[in-house]
Amino acid sequence: MDNHSKGFPKSQVFGFVLSLVLTFAALFVALKTSLSFNTIIWIIGTLAIVQAGLQLFMFMHLKEGEDGNSQTINVIYGVFIAVVTVAGSIWVMSFGM
Amino acid sequence: MGIKWDRFFITGDPLILGSQIAILLTMIGIVVLVSYLKKWKWLWTEWLTTVDHKRIGIMYILVGVLMFFRGGIDGLLMKAQTATPDGQLLDAQHYNEVFTTHGVVMILFMAMPFLIGIMNVIVPLQIGARDVAFPQLNALSFWLTFSGAMLFNISFVIGGSPDAGWTAYFPLAGKEFSPGIGNNFYAVAIQIAGIGTLMTGINFIVTILKMRAKGMTLMKMPMFSWTSFVTSIIIAASFPILTVALALMTFDRIFGTHFFTLSGGGMDMMWVNLFWLWGHPEVYIVVLPAFGMFSEVISTFSRKTLFGYKSMVGSIVGIAILSMLVWVHHFFTMGAGPGVNSIFSITTMMIAIPTGVKMFNWLFTMRKGRIQFTTAMLWALAFVPCFLIGGITGVMLAMGAADYQYHNTLFLVAHFHYVLIPGVVFAVFAGLYYWWPKMFGHMLNEKLGKLHFWLFVIGFNMTFMPMFFLGLNGAVRRAYTYSAESGFGPLMLVSAIGAGILAIGFAFFCYNIYWSARYADRNISSDPWDARTLEWATASPVQFYNFAKIPEVTSLDAFWYMKKKNKGLKFSNDELEEIHMPSNSGLPFIMSIVFGISGFLLVFEWKIAALVAALGILICLAIRSFDYNDGYHVPVDEIKEIEYGWQNKEKGVEKHVN
Ligand code: HEM
Ligand SMILES: [Cu+2]
Repeated sequence: MDNHSKGFPKSQVFGFVLSLVLTFAALFVALKTSLSFNTIIWIIGTLAIVQAGLQLFMFMHLKEGEDGNSQTINVIYGVFIAVVTVAGSIWVMSFGM
Repeated sequence: MGIKWDRFFITGDPLILGSQIAILLTMIGIVVLVSYLKKWKWLWTEWLTTVDHKRIGIMYILVGVLMFFRGGIDGLLMKAQTATPDGQLLDAQHYNEVFTTHGVVMILFMAMPFLIGIMNVIVPLQIGARDVAFPQLNALSFWLTFSGAMLFNISFVIGGSPDAGWTAYFPLAGKEFSPGIGNNFYAVAIQIAGIGTLMTGINFIVTILKMRAKGMTLMKMPMFSWTSFVTSIIIAASFPILTVALALMTFDRIFGTHFFTLSGGGMDMMWVNLFWLWGHPEVYIVVLPAFGMFSEVISTFSRKTLFGYKSMVGSIVGIAILSMLVWVHHFFTMGAGPGVNSIFSITTMMIAIPTGVKMFNWLFTMRKGRIQFTTAMLWALAFVPCFLIGGITGVMLAMGAADYQYHNTLFLVAHFHYVLIPGVVFAVFAGLYYWWPKMFGHMLNEKLGKLHFWLFVIGFNMTFMPMFFLGLNGAVRRAYTYSAESGFGPLMLVSAIGAGILAIGFAFFCYNIYWSARYADRNISSDPWDARTLEWATASPVQFYNFAKIPEVTSLDAFWYMKKKNKGLKFSNDELEEIHMPSNSGLPFIMSIVFGISGFLLVFEWKIAALVAALGILICLAIRSFDYNDGYHVPVDEIKEIEYGWQNKEKGVEKHVN
């Protein structure tokens, strides 16, 4: 992604537009639909996570530099630990209900 | 805030009074000795302020030896108490304190310092680096560990020991049921040491990712460096959980919050959950570097490359993931329902797969090898069957339903000692016998080493094998006594005698250190074992800059092939360049003392004083941010002189191995 040297920052613009789309989609779901509260939370939560991932790649230079790979692995492992710790604890502490 | 002077010194128990006097005398003795020998300056410049990874490693190892002593005495006291029915040596309270401190000291202040110490000495050498990525941070890690260890250890003469088990389960460990300050020591001391460990983890991840010698791709890295790398990753993943859990515990105990209490909406099992979310990865943190050491030792003394290197790496990485997914097996009996318990039974049993892969790799490395039975290799050989017993009983315990029977019995105690002692203590001994010449320039005596080995291994099996059967017969853990009618007497006695033999074995180790320091031959080769990895490519003991010229790596077992092809070992003087090294700093030491003082005040719940002391920590941080000293350069002439000193000596390569 050497966009600085190639002139037009294609992927950044693409990421920016996609982020806008995702944000407005979330707004639309929350304000303009009559889905149940639960469904809305799930949908906008998912959209948020997708957007966080997108921004990591498009703007935070995750894959750039000499150790793009280890950074990607790092982030994935970090997310894995966070999910296991939080979701796992909730599941176990509710006795698996 | 109410200063509790009456709780300050523990009085009334002859054992503790004895220790108080002994500690006082030792302290006076050390001060007098150092002053008499005029060594204060030497101590300060060479050790207390050092940022050299090898010296820091040696200090870690020293802490490990001392703490093994402390934890071992606790173990012997317990064994002496339960040697006969209705023993009178310790009362219930004292027994509780002893098994609590034994567990904490052994895991956090014996196993961790030993392993991190050996990692410190060896990993930078193995990957061909001149130091770790953040040398001063490394010193801070050590001094925080030291400060935490000391704070924990003074608990039994000042203020009282923690007594709620090394797991410190709530509600017992809370203020309601343990109003004394003993458990404050637990919360604060482990916190301080844990911060140090977390920083070590980060430091080693960066070191291994960024500072490998030219040509050493990850898949050409020696196995011990691999295991240290994965261990560091697990540290970075799991220690924050401990930090948070201990902080919440501190809030509960000292500031009256209700995270884990029974009343006020607290959740006592949440402590258990968080504790084991850290606690299970912790056992892999201690056992993985040990696996790495065995890999090096077995491959060196079988004269073969490690069998199945790739599968070994794969299984270690697999363990890094699986180890985060099994924590509930420590509290199956909480009764979380069949869904939870079955999932965690299965993940736990799955860990046996990568571990089995490793076992076979070691066995196949030895197959058709020309095995040399050095002391280091003996430890590795004994490890295989002993650890297997620990592993198989582990799979038995992994079955949630069956665990309702084994839970809380001596069967479990036997199991985890069969995992931890072969998996950590044997490994540390193997590593020390193997790397001792690298650290000190002389070998440990092999004859004394073999005595140490046999006594320790026989003693170990005799101590813990009977506990399996006692446990199956219903002997519960953490019980200070039992009646004659229970029928536990004979096996308990065998076990106690075994502990005595084990202790004699350890005494031989200490004597060996002393004997070798005084009498061992100093004129040895820098590669006495004819070994395979880069740490042996430089002098023993290693010069402070490690390598005059960083070697280039083309294959696994780099040093072995350099010797075989006689390539890359020698360099001409005009290839030498100035070496950039980090300067010493007293800041880590001072900062850790401030940490210790602040922690001590917090333990006694003198909150304002603790806060004031904690300002000192911030001041140290600020001083560090304005520190522009970025090291010094070693001139080429000095390097030449040092290199000439060791490279051109005629020293027999293998004459010290029999
Ligand atoms: C030196 C020889 C050792 C002896 C004689 C010994 C003996 C014992 C005994 C008798 C107990 C308590 C049994 C009970 O519940 O009543 C115990 C508990 C324990 N030991 Fe050891 N042990 C030794 C080494 C180790 C090592 C090397 C480790 C760890 C690396 C270790 C870790 C533990 C832990 C974590 C506990 C549980 C403490 C608790 O219940 O809270 N021990 N040991
Ligand atoms: Cu576990």
